[in-house]
This record gives sequence, structure tokens and C-alpha cells, in this order.
Amino acid sequence: MSVLSSAVTAAFGGVLAVLLSFTGSGALASGAVAETIKIGSFLSVTGGASFLGDPEKKTLELEIAAINRQGGINGRLLDLVVYDDGGAADKAASFVKRLIESDQVDVLVGGSTTATTMAAVPLAEKAGIPLVSLAGAVVIVEPVKTWVFKTPHTDRLAAEKIFEDLRKRGLLKIGLISEDAGFGKSGHDQSLLVARNFGIEIAADEVYSAKDPDTTAQLTKIRNTPGVAALFNFGFGQGPAVVTRNVRQLGLTVPFYQSHGVASKAFIALVGAAGEGIRLPASALAVAGQLPDGDPQKPVVLRFQQAYAEAYKTEASTFAGYAYDALHMVVEAAGRAGGVDKAKLRDELERTKNFVGTTGVFTMSPSDHMGLSLSSFHLVEIKNGDWVLLD
Amino acid sequence: MSSAFLQYLFSGLTIGSIYALAGLGFSIIYNASHVINFAQGEFIMIGAMATVSLTGLGLPLAAAIALAVAATVLVGAAVARFAIMPARGASPVTLIIITIGTSVFLRGAAQVLWGKGYHALPSFSGDTPFVVMGATLLPQSLWVLGTTLAVIAGLGWFFGRTLYGKAMLATSCNRLAAQLVGIRVSGVLLAAFALAALLGAVGGIVMTPITFTSSEAGIMLGLKGFSAAVLGGLGNGAGAILGGLIVGVAEAMSAGYLSSAYKEATAFAIILFVLLFMPRGLLGQPGSERV
Amino acid sequence: MTGKRRLERHSGEAVLALVLLALPLLLPNAYAYDIAVNAGFNAMVCVGLNLLIGYAGQISLGHAAFFGLGAYASGILTTRYGWPPLAALVCGAAGVGLLSWLLARPVLRLRGHFLAMATLGIGIIISIALNTESWLTGGSDGLMVGDFSVLGRTLSGDRAWYAVVAVLLLVTVSMSRNLIDSPVGRALRALHGSEVAAEVAGIDTARCKVLVFVLSAVLASIVGSLFVHYAGMITPARAGFMRSIELVTMVVFGGMASTYGAVIGAAILTALPQLLTAFEDYETMIFGAIMVGTMIFMPRGLLVTLAGCRWLPRRPAP
Repeated sequence: MSVLSSAVTAAFGGVLAVLLSFTGSGALASGAVAETIKIGSFLSVTGGASFLGDPEKKTLELEIAAINRQGGINGRLLDLVVYDDGGAADKAASFVKRLIESDQVDVLVGGSTTATTMAAVPLAEKAGIPLVSLAGAVVIVEPVKTWVFKTPHTDRLAAEKIFEDLRKRGLLKIGLISEDAGFGKSGHDQSLLVARNFGIEIAADEVYSAKDPDTTAQLTKIRNTPGVAALFNFGFGQGPAVVTRNVRQLGLTVPFYQSHGVASKAFIALVGAAGEGIRLPASALAVAGQLPDGDPQKPVVLRFQQAYAEAYKTEASTFAGYAYDALHMVVEAAGRAGGVDKAKLRDELERTKNFVGTTGVFTMSPSDHMGLSLSSFHLVEIKNGDWVLLD
Repeated sequence: MSSAFLQYLFSGLTIGSIYALAGLGFSIIYNASHVINFAQGEFIMIGAMATVSLTGLGLPLAAAIALAVAATVLVGAAVARFAIMPARGASPVTLIIITIGTSVFLRGAAQVLWGKGYHALPSFSGDTPFVVMGATLLPQSLWVLGTTLAVIAGLGWFFGRTLYGKAMLATSCNRLAAQLVGIRVSGVLLAAFALAALLGAVGGIVMTPITFTSSEAGIMLGLKGFSAAVLGGLGNGAGAILGGLIVGVAEAMSAGYLSSAYKEATAFAIILFVLLFMPRGLLGQPGSERV
Repeated sequence: MTGKRRLERHSGEAVLALVLLALPLLLPNAYAYDIAVNAGFNAMVCVGLNLLIGYAGQISLGHAAFFGLGAYASGILTTRYGWPPLAALVCGAAGVGLLSWLLARPVLRLRGHFLAMATLGIGIIISIALNTESWLTGGSDGLMVGDFSVLGRTLSGDRAWYAVVAVLLLVTVSMSRNLIDSPVGRALRALHGSEVAAEVAGIDTARCKVLVFVLSAVLASIVGSLFVHYAGMITPARAGFMRSIELVTMVVFGGMASTYGAVIGAAILTALPQLLTAFEDYETMIFGAIMVGTMIFMPRGLLVTLAGCRWLPRRPAP
């Protein structure tokens, strides 16, 4: 190894250091102006959770632009920094580090999935920065963590809503098929936990993985289990779509339930006619037009749906709604806090009371960082390619 | 439980046909150039995604399919021309990295062009499954099997009866000799990639109504297609087909009878077994190595 | 050996040490340290992998699996069973050493594409197992792991880790250079040139190949164990196919058969995705284009190509 090559090595070390300092100085991040509120977001815009992350990103951009057009909050404009973690928990963790230390954001909104959220939680807790998650599993807020909040309904609420309906219809023995990770797995565990409270017996329990293109084997096993009166699928993304198609392919006709992980028109488009008759819990946003006129959520969801449809030519899914709620809750809390002090922002988030969002009416408390109850969850059925409100 | 067995068999044969087509693509390219084309899976994905977006633009299905296949063939030729040919004579590691880099590039381009979501195609002839001795069979599965047979028959005619096909076979036997008899071997490389792209695209399109597609769909399909090709004997067309069907059925059976969680590992376990105990594959010829 | 030659031999390490010392002056915040530390981890794995790919002329498309096994061994033993981190690291390394030794002999009989595919298969099976046995590994959500502590002192914070990684990288590079200049190293290079000729010359090629395979696997495992304590978590994706490809790309991009090339390759390709987030949508495309482009235009890697550059003054051949 000649001295020459060593010199070349040194030169490259120098180049690399310059590159690193380039990324570090935030030259590529949006300009750091003192009088803005910086919102950092890590979303799964690509990958298996793109159902979730893509509309979430679009919502944040849309709503922040709208708020800024009206002058921001107390004269402060909103500044958004978004990174795409592709659904990978370790990428999410590294982006959160970047948001906290390099981009120096004031509040975190994200991740789209439970896995990415849980990777970010210890970082947010350590750095003392409020994190509003857009993911579903109950483990995000139970046990309650000081700095972590979330907007979607939990998987436990979804299971309870479904079990309520099952009990009403007298379908007490069911088959459960769930994804082996993240939201699906957590939902599976929660379902097992609360089933007894409703008198439900889970007679068959199968799992599939996110990338599985075919679940006929698992469904065949469920079909061959005696006494199964209904089918419940916990998951999001491609998995439930594959399961749905396989269910029709195998000719399974038992009542079929999904979780709110599929509460988006993209799911219906993917499964087509196979989706008819599926029941699932969904937020008000899915059935905006069918809400009774006195419902306080109706004007909010209708306005948002219209704005989203105008901007993106497609219907706002409930996932877009999670981002909407997170953003506006943060904005309101920031208004009350009168600044960007992270601790004050956190306190005001915890004091959110009767905030009318698209997912429900939120009331946070020191012991409840989700703020929603079973009543804000609506049971819907897919009919003629659209959601139909059942309760 | 024979109806369950039949069920697994049907799904295994269906997915196995796709692996067979992918494996054929690998074999054809390997024969023409001794390159393992890790981008084969992306050809499958591009064919499917192109069809989805063309039907989304309003084209009738048949026209969309034809255009999508043509587009994929062009992509295949472009890969051959711009990624493989400039690197002639490079070491095997380099070539592997090039084809992997190509697959990453194509995947990224697909994401930019078609977005990141999942897409489906309508089944060609409806969704009502046939019931055969207690197991259900989708009409689309028959399309898959039928198309694969048709493609194989077409390839057989091409390689066995046409001059160009025979020229490709000659090149794979002995490149120098082929050049000496006047065959344009650089054209053969291009044709091999174009052909492999065609096979991949066709497989991807008939399969999408059953299992969706997305820009990420190519990775695993490509790898399993390679398993099929190696199982059958790399470079042997009939072997690739046999290998594909075996891998598909083995996967379905292991999912049904062993553990659905390890289904994905089946193809790779097979590959390891083959490589360690019969590296020539099922139908490969014993080769010799020049020292 | 004269003093001058000894200086030349170690000049590379001296320069590397200087660069590592000087780098913190240019790193503005903890995030930049994060990139540097990760680059250091990758560099260590790549140095080991380079011995296998560059010098011995083999290939492994499954090395991330060994990294992952080390990481999970450390993670599981410390979190679930309360082992001290150092003991867990050693146990992980021993386990990986044993596994790689068992696998090496049959697998390294293969050549070229077949070897690539076999290592690929091994890597994928391991990463699927890590994904599936979620009772043990936490499944695809991954495992959260605590800090690294030895003898009662905890290692935490970016600067502390940077120092540790810098030292370990120097040690690794030094050991690798030593190996290359030793009889084993020469045997490896002979093997790379022509396996049959090497055997004819009396070299036990099988033993050499197994040795370097196991060595690079154990190194990857050790780095994995350290990494999991630094990052605080591990997911099966870190042991997967794409990660293995990234590692091989780093080695080949930087320069095969060049220890410093492996370090440079790792450093550049670790920092690059961070720069590419500015291009968001095009990131994957650009990465792929870079992979293809460098292999076509600089097939021997960045460093080797530059060192052979015509407009740089050459040292006369010995």
C-alpha cells in the first residue's frame, strides 16, 4: 500500500467529512427560521404501509399549506419536514434521530405503523419532544408514556366493536386470521384478551406474513375447523386484500369481519366484488354523508373530504383523517401554549378536551393519551363498493 | 383430507407456473451469456404494473396487455444493451452486482412512475371458482397454467424450428464456433434478454388477478425463479419448468402441512439442498471445467 | 525489514487514524455522529467481507445474516435472560463461528453463481427464521435492546461510541493488513488467482477458504452485537437479502482486494442514502444507477481505479 494510496484515502476521508457536514448542517433541510413551528414527520409513504403513509403525507402538506395561507398560529408559520421510512422500524428510528437533532423540530407526527412508532418512542421520551402517533396498536399508549399520544382507534377498540356485533348476531365461535407482526399481531393478542368478555370463542387461529401472496392454506385450515361461524381478519395493506380474495376463491360464505386497518377506498378497489358484505369498524370520515345532521363531526369531516378531493382528486381515507386530527390537535395545543416550548406543548396536548376531529371527538387526560371511546367507532359494511353505516 | 391436498396442489401448480416462466427467463439468459439476471423479477413486475396503468388509462385489457409486454421487452433489451454489454468480461461478482443494481434501479423507476400502492387486475374470465373434488380452482389459475403451456410450446417451436432460435442455441453451446459460422452473437444476447423479459411479463400479467402487484413484487419472484432454474439445472429449459412447478408445489404443501410461517423458506431450502448435493440440478448435464 | 518499509506498510493505518481523529472537528451534531458511527460499523464488516470477496475471490450474498445473528444473540441474551453484554457478545460470536464453520465446508466447494446462490439461500433462511420465531426475536417488529456496559461502566452517547468504533476500526484494519501480508494471506491470493494451481503448489485451499469465511462471519457477528447496543433495536430486515447486497456493494464499490477501499466504500455508501433523501422519490433509482454505473465504469472499485489513475504520479514498480 503506497503512501500515494494513503494520501488518496485521506483525501476521501476529507471529502466524506465534508459530505457529512453538508447533511448535518441542515443545508438540505428546510430553512431554519426562528419564528416557525417545525413539525417533523416520519411516514411510511412507500412499502407495505403505503396505504397509510401516502394519504397521511398528502394531508399534512394540504392542511399545513391551508393554515399557513391564513397566517399560521399566533403569527407563526408551520414548517413541515417529512421523511419516508418505507415501513422499516430502524429507518424510522434513524430519521427520528435526524428530525430531533439535525432538523431540530418542535413536535413529531408519525409513524404510520406500530413498529415505526415504537422505534421512535424511546427517542422521543429521551429527548423530551411530543410525539403524536398515527398508528393503531394499544401498546403505544398503554402504559401511558409522558410524551407519546395517538389519534387512531386502538386495535383493542376494534376487537371490542367487532365482538359486540358478533354477540348481537349470535356468532359466538369464530376463526381469526391475522398478520404475524405489528398491528395485525397486536390486534390478534388484543382479540384473544377481550374475546371472553363478549362470550366469543376463537376456535381457529392462523397467521400469515405481510408479503404472503396466498393464504389459501391458512383459510383451508380454518374452513376445516368445525363450528366456525364467522371470520375475523386483523391486518392492513396487501395482506387483508389477499385474504379477502382467497376467502371468495375458496367459497367461504361465513360472515367476514375486518379491522379498521382496511378502512380505505384503496382496499375496496383492490378487492373489487370480493369485498361485498365485509363488516368493519371505521371512523366518521368513511361515512361522512350518512352521519345524522346533529353529529358534531359531520361539518368537520365533510369539509376535509371536500378539500382533499379537490386537491388530490381522490377520496380521503380514514388514514388521512388520522393525520388531520394529529396536525390540528397539535396546532390547537400550540395556540393555547403560546409558543414552541416542548413541555408546554405536551401539557396542552394532554389538556385537549372535546376536540372534534375526523376520527372522533378527542378528550385526552394524563391517564389516556388516545382520547377516544367505543362510541366514536362506527360499524360499517361494504355494499356496492361503498361504506354503509350500520349503527 | 384429500380435498385440502388438492387445494394445496392447485395453488402450488398455479404459483409454480410463474416460477417456471421466471426460471425459463433465467435459463435463456444464462445460456446466452453466462449471466445470472437478478432483474428477472422486475420484468415480471413491470409487465404487470404496465398493464395495470394502461387499463387505468382506459385501454381495453387485450391492448393493454400487448403494449405492456412490448414495453417490458424493450426494457429487457435496454438492460442488455446498457447494463450487460458494456461489462462484457467482468468478473462474476461484478456481473451479479450489475444485475442487482439494475433490479434496484428498475424498482425505483417503477415507484416513481406508478406510485407505491398495490394494484389488481380484473380476472380474465370471472371470479367464480370451479369446484373439483372438494377443492376450488379459480378460472384465472387455468389461465395461468394454459398460458404457461402455450408459452412453452411457443419456445419449443422457436428454439427447435426457427433459424434464429437455433442460432441462440448454437451460441449457448459454443460461442466461438457460433461466431465462426456467422452468427451475430451480440444480437443473441439482446434477443435472450428480450425473450426473458417477454416470459416474465406474461407471467406477471396472468398472475396479477390472483395475487396483487406492486413495485416491490419483483424481488421474491425473481429469487424463487432462480431457485427453480437451479433446481432444474441452470441452462436447461425443461429443467426450469420442472423446477418451477416443484418449488411451487413444495411451497404450498409446506404451508399447508408444516408451517405457513416458513413457506418462504421452502424455495431456499430446496436451493441449498440442490446446490450441496446435486449442483447440476435435476436435468442438468455434468460439465467440465477448464483449468 | 528496514524502517522505511515498515513506515510504508503502516502509513495507511496512520493516515486512517489521523482522519478518524480529525473527523469530529467537522461533525456538527449528534446526527452526523450517528452516520459516522454507522459508517464505522459497516466498514468493519466490509473489511472482513473484503478478505473473502477481494482476496480469496469467493462471494457471500448472505453476510448480513451473520451480522443479524450476532445482534440478535446479544439482544436476546441481554434482554430476556439478563446476561452481561460482553458475555452475550462473545457467546454470539462463538455461535456464529460454529455455524459458519459447519456451513463453510460444504458450501465453499461451490463456485461463482452457485456459491452466490447458496450463501443467498442461507442468508434468507436465517432472516426468515429471525422473522418467524417472534416468541424469541420479537418478529418483524424487532427487539429493543439496552445499552452496552462492561465492568459496571456504560457506553452511551454518540461521542463515546464514535471513539470506540474508531479504535475498533483501526484494530480491524490493522489485523486485516497483517493477515494479508502473512502466509495465510498469500495463500488466499494464490487461491484467488487459480484454485487448482494453488492446490498443486501445496496449499490446503479448502482450509483457507473456510478460515477466511469463518473469520469474516465472526467479525460481522461482533459488529452486529455492538451495533444492537448502539442503535437500541434490531429488526430482521437488518439480516436480510438487501442488507447483504448493500455490504457486497460497499466492498466492490470501494475496491476489491483493498482494505482501505472497503472502508471508503462503506463510508460513502452509508452516507449516500442520507444525502439522497433530498431526492426522495428518486432515491432507489439513483442508488441502483450508482451500483450499475460504478461496476461498468470502475469495475475494480473506486480506490483501485483512482490509484491507477494516469495523472497521479506513480511509484516505480518494485
